[in-house]
Amino acid sequence: MRILVCVKRVPAVGSRINVTEDGQQVDTAHLGFTTSPHEECAVEEAAQIVEGLDGDGHAVVVLTLGPEASTEQLRYAASVGGSEFALVIADGGLDWDPQRTAAAITAAVRELEAAGGQFDLILFGNESADGGNFQVGIRVAHSLGRPIVNGIKGIDPHERGFTARRETDAGYEVYELRAPCALGVKEGINLPRYPTMKGRLASRKAQIQVLDGADDADAGGQSRVRLHRPPERASTTVQLGDSAAAAPAVVDLLDELGVL
Amino acid sequence: MSDFPARADCVVIGAGIVGNCLVGHLSDLGWTDIVLLDKGPLPNPGGSTGHASNFIFPVDHSKEIVDLTVDSQRQYEALGLQNTCGGIEVARSPERMEEFRRRMTSATCWGIESKLLTVDEVVEMVPFIDSDVILGGFYTPSVSAVDSLETGTQMRRRAAEAGHLQTFANTEVLDIETVAGANRPRISAVMTDRGRIECDTVAIACGVWSPKLAQMAGATIPLTPAVHQMVDVGPFDVLVETNQELAYPIVRDMDTFCYERQSAGSMEVGSYAHRPILHRVEDIPSNEEAALSPTEMPFTPDDFDEQLEQAIELMEFLGDGEIKYAINGLLSLTPDAAPVLGPTPEVENLWSVAAVWVKEGPGVGRLMAEWMTYGYPRMTDPHGSDVTRFSPQDRNVIHIETRADEHFNKTYGIVHPREQWATRRNLTCGPAKARTDDLGAFYFEAGGWERPHWYESNADLVERYGIEGRTHEWDARWWSPITDAEHLHLREHCGLVDISPFQVFEVSGPGVVPYIERMVVNKCDLPVGRSIYTPVLTADGGFRSDLTIVRLSEDRFRIATGAFDGGRDEYWFRHNLPADGVHFENRTEALSTYGVWGPNAVALLQTLTETDLSQEAFGYGQVRDALLSGIPAQMFRISYVGDAGFEIYCPTSAGLALWDAITQAGREFDLRPVGAGVYGTTGRLEKGYRLMGAELESDYNPVEAGLARPRVKAADFIGKEAYLAAREAPLAAQLSTLRFESLRCAEGYDRFPMGAGNEPVLTPAGERIVDSHGRVSRVTTAGNAPSLGAYLAMAYLPPELAAAGTELSVMYQHERYPVTVAATGANLALFDPDDSRMKA
Amino acid sequence: MLVDHDRGAPSPGALEALTAARSLAGKLGTRVEAVLLGDRALFDMHGEELSAVSAAYGAVAVHRGRHEFLADYGPDAWGAALAAFVDTAAPDAVVAAGTDRGAEAMAQLAARCDLPLVANCVDVSPNRTQADASSGAATGGTWHISRIQWGGSLLEDVTLTSTLPLLTIAPHSIEAEPCDGAPASAAVVDFEPDLGPEVQQTLVRDRVTLAEGITLSTAPVVVSGGRGVGSADGFAPLEELAELLGGRVGCSRAVTNNGWRSHADQVGQTGTRIAPEIYIACGISGAIQHWVGAMGSKNILAINIDPEANMVTKAGYAVIADLHEVVPAICDEIRRRRDRPG
Repeated sequence: MRILVCVKRVPAVGSRINVTEDGQQVDTAHLGFTTSPHEECAVEEAAQIVEGLDGDGHAVVVLTLGPEASTEQLRYAASVGGSEFALVIADGGLDWDPQRTAAAITAAVRELEAAGGQFDLILFGNESADGGNFQVGIRVAHSLGRPIVNGIKGIDPHERGFTARRETDAGYEVYELRAPCALGVKEGINLPRYPTMKGRLASRKAQIQVLDGADDADAGGQSRVRLHRPPERASTTVQLGDSAAAAPAVVDLLDELGVL
Repeated sequence: MSDFPARADCVVIGAGIVGNCLVGHLSDLGWTDIVLLDKGPLPNPGGSTGHASNFIFPVDHSKEIVDLTVDSQRQYEALGLQNTCGGIEVARSPERMEEFRRRMTSATCWGIESKLLTVDEVVEMVPFIDSDVILGGFYTPSVSAVDSLETGTQMRRRAAEAGHLQTFANTEVLDIETVAGANRPRISAVMTDRGRIECDTVAIACGVWSPKLAQMAGATIPLTPAVHQMVDVGPFDVLVETNQELAYPIVRDMDTFCYERQSAGSMEVGSYAHRPILHRVEDIPSNEEAALSPTEMPFTPDDFDEQLEQAIELMEFLGDGEIKYAINGLLSLTPDAAPVLGPTPEVENLWSVAAVWVKEGPGVGRLMAEWMTYGYPRMTDPHGSDVTRFSPQDRNVIHIETRADEHFNKTYGIVHPREQWATRRNLTCGPAKARTDDLGAFYFEAGGWERPHWYESNADLVERYGIEGRTHEWDARWWSPITDAEHLHLREHCGLVDISPFQVFEVSGPGVVPYIERMVVNKCDLPVGRSIYTPVLTADGGFRSDLTIVRLSEDRFRIATGAFDGGRDEYWFRHNLPADGVHFENRTEALSTYGVWGPNAVALLQTLTETDLSQEAFGYGQVRDALLSGIPAQMFRISYVGDAGFEIYCPTSAGLALWDAITQAGREFDLRPVGAGVYGTTGRLEKGYRLMGAELESDYNPVEAGLARPRVKAADFIGKEAYLAAREAPLAAQLSTLRFESLRCAEGYDRFPMGAGNEPVLTPAGERIVDSHGRVSRVTTAGNAPSLGAYLAMAYLPPELAAAGTELSVMYQHERYPVTVAATGANLALFDPDDSRMKA
Repeated sequence: MLVDHDRGAPSPGALEALTAARSLAGKLGTRVEAVLLGDRALFDMHGEELSAVSAAYGAVAVHRGRHEFLADYGPDAWGAALAAFVDTAAPDAVVAAGTDRGAEAMAQLAARCDLPLVANCVDVSPNRTQADASSGAATGGTWHISRIQWGGSLLEDVTLTSTLPLLTIAPHSIEAEPCDGAPASAAVVDFEPDLGPEVQQTLVRDRVTLAEGITLSTAPVVVSGGRGVGSADGFAPLEELAELLGGRVGCSRAVTNNGWRSHADQVGQTGTRIAPEIYIACGISGAIQHWVGAMGSKNILAINIDPEANMVTKAGYAVIADLHEVVPAICDEIRRRRDRPG
């Protein structure tokens, strides 16, 4: 089985995100980078699926679109179960709009498939931690003519395809997809492993294929003007007490709010 | 939450281990109105304490650091927050095994139980260490891990419950305000985002942020934030099944600069081996901006890969552990790796409490509380950590970063006691530098100055005097037989010593006599042209300094002190200036100093001047203006080496000309340039002269050092009361000169103790010697006495042992060498004890 | 305006989005028309109610796409049906809620039309004014939109250049408000999209219900625990309080990472976003990732020993004490009052 996982390099932010002076990017001066959390789970899920299969010849191919430094995320993927790695270098270091991103990834997938055969499954994160556009995976899948369901928190491979579970308020919905297909997964589908020390050391030797892809992707209709922090919600905290003796005051509040 | 105060006696900024311990101890010592601020939340405000590995290896070569560490362990233990698990340092190289013998020497000196382990013994204690990788170990059972956050919480609680402390977290200091003081700006208030607190005293305990806070007040705290990488790997069955936080000793893999510390089911692996990664304070994110905490910076895995490989070499199973947590943790590095403690030199009542590790935190809290309460610490002499030890040129960011970069990888390194810095050299030089360069001077750094230690141009003297080299490389490192040859040449003919790094101050004005009398022990109100050698005491009567004072005129005195002591002494003299009537001036840069000594010295100099230099006309200890080869200079008949001659002061602009005049005249007197090796060690030691920081520390008083004069002057002076009491009290220790009876080691060749402060003096049976005040007898200086054909040492001994002829031993490299007490009391000179040569 | 629903029950987000769409239509000088997707049986059972809700929130017309493949949700089916509708109805813009289904169906639509989609908008300024509308100008050109990034920690101002603006509205960014003096009903127009069999692949095949009753995202009261709870067992008093109040128990990421509770209970950026009447946060420090999930709450009560904890400073109400003492005391107080006669 060949599974492709598309991942994105995003800054590992704190509780306050600063923006560069020109308003075009998150200020990453003192930040590290990580793989967008849903996608980290996607890599783990792919690794688990492949590890559960008999025989050899299975592959977890990890693809990313981003600056050259995104090799860090590919090497991380190599240390937690990825087997092949491809990078589409997005110029300028700025986020691309969703249409352009999807076009570049689609081209990259086609190139990878032309060389290594069709992917039985393509995994995306439900949405990226930063941009949160909720659409790139769907656009790619549509361009490739493959079904896709988002919000997936459980995948069981079977002979003809995959059973996928999507979480709802009450439980989950079940989908049946025939391979080849795509899924957008959500954090919680698994607890991603950490790299072992040996895994980290081995990942340094991972071969990373650099794909073109990016050249043909034209800008879409959504264009960034600036990023900024929303106004802070001014709050004054009413202290109801500093011991268990505050209980009546708390219950009064609950009563007042009508939830008692 | 209590209301934000408008006033406090003391504001402590920073609620890490140090700030918390400081408020606890201040409260204990009677401070009743303390405010503790931190811009982060409690109990972990986001500084270096929050990510510390929290373990303590108590053995160090430095007495000061050991005193702080052992006191800290006692405090952690008393709070029930110490887990004593033992620790092993393992060696991969023969050099490290030798270092372990030095560590055994230090452990013996400080009375910390330790043991050298064979490979099998190491593996017996930590079965998962690969025995093929190591050569042996150094085991200390009292190595411990502590809960630094809870300790801080309890310290705060102790002060708060006493009603002495208010704590405000999430409160950012925006400014530290000062007003004009008598001589320097003085603390007046702290401005925060919650309001302004008027206060008399501010202590900055902000770890890596300290420089920024100091700057708000116009002061400097010389440190730089630097990265220490650490990962947490696991889980491992072998650790999980112990069901303990620390079932195995903590392991330091010394030759790879790494440690492995069990933390329940996983292992923390930390490193000091990666490239030095320094940050600027302004690059540290705020609590809100940081992904983890401000001092847990993003891990840079490429820097750590080599350490991962080395860790797997030592403990193979680590390779299969998951890296669950990995940080570039920030810690504070100073230019010389020691803490920066005490009053800042720039602002009155502003205290630095920074660059402190968890292992020293509570001890530093106590030390600083004593310092702030009594004017000087009582628990140990802090001179190695005193923030005023840095000269102004050592306080700039380039110097700090360059030196931190140089010493970072020595954190677990093998550092020679005489080791010299490689970076930031040739910045402060005497006027004759071009000449001394031509003579092949080998320079040691002295308080930032380049000071010739010996001259390769004197290499011919080695054969002439038959000086032998040293067999062991460690003993010969940063040493040359030329020093002994120069010494003998000076004794036979004469020598020229460049002592321009001398720190020279002048105090003047109508109030100068009462001022200087108050500062020092011995009487200064002497006729113009006379000099005084005197101790300077702490209020408790211990040594704060020793120095030479010359009365230049009725209302002007010159103070000369050692190259390493300038910063501390300048602080002390400025701190005690009266509001008016006395002017203080640092003349170090303006004046250059040479010493010319030896049997031919006076005759040589007489050829350059019309001033009568004869003993009758120009007696010992006197100062005169004189023209030397037409250059205006001041001549001071004094000697630290034991032969007749002069110190000569001249304007730095004339320094080169004076050097040339002396050397030219010296040709017919067989004058040779002589390095500080003679001046500072061999010559001094033969004469039994004491050195600040070696023999003279605040732990000892002038009576014990043999420097008490028969009478005490009438004028009051700092420390007088304690000094008078010490004169009456039974003597607890007496400084003595020891002669080595043999230097022969078990391998059959001679070894040469360093006198680095960590070599214990033991009874012939090998027992530690501790006096009635709990002070251990140890070698304070050691070195050759070429004129005596002996190897000497100095040490304080309890009175019952401080008698000529007493047989003792000294430990060096974990071997014992027999010594005999040769002199004790006021006169420790073994060479020319009557001073007949000096006064010739 | 796509009104997303689950078997006839509109999502809370859909009502918010209707409210937002009404405001947008006002700016554009046009009207809100709702699109509902289902099959005959669904509309027979829920059609009137769905139309009435849509009308109450300002839709003047309801377009009901009917097809057997729309009997239950399926992203391809919904996307294809929307595309078919857009093709014929030529709307000025298409809006949906940024809910799981709304976002997914809109992305499907956008992919099918190869048009830009701006997700999670909080403020939309079309370039066309009412005057343009009366003169019949097109909606194209450049729109200025503010949308959320990083789960709401940042806003991104974007321009949108499109022949047909496609937008989703960020959940909880606007309070759902029925229309003042809304028409009691909306004109109902049925249409039958032409759906190919390939859309069947992504239809919901089955459902598994795990917990009856209210959910984390709809509960009026959420009682959450963080690292301060200390253990899985430590949640017992929180469970009790939630049960007394008819609420649900949530938790922070630290809790799921420690394995004390399942990820399904996690409130936060990568967990569930909630909007209860009151959020009771016990022993939660309040990291931004958690705050993003909780900030939609109408009221927040923080119980924490640390008065300086983020959650405390952000909360409207706080008790500065150990949750292990306070929570049982609150439960006791509630029971005492309920037991009191009268």
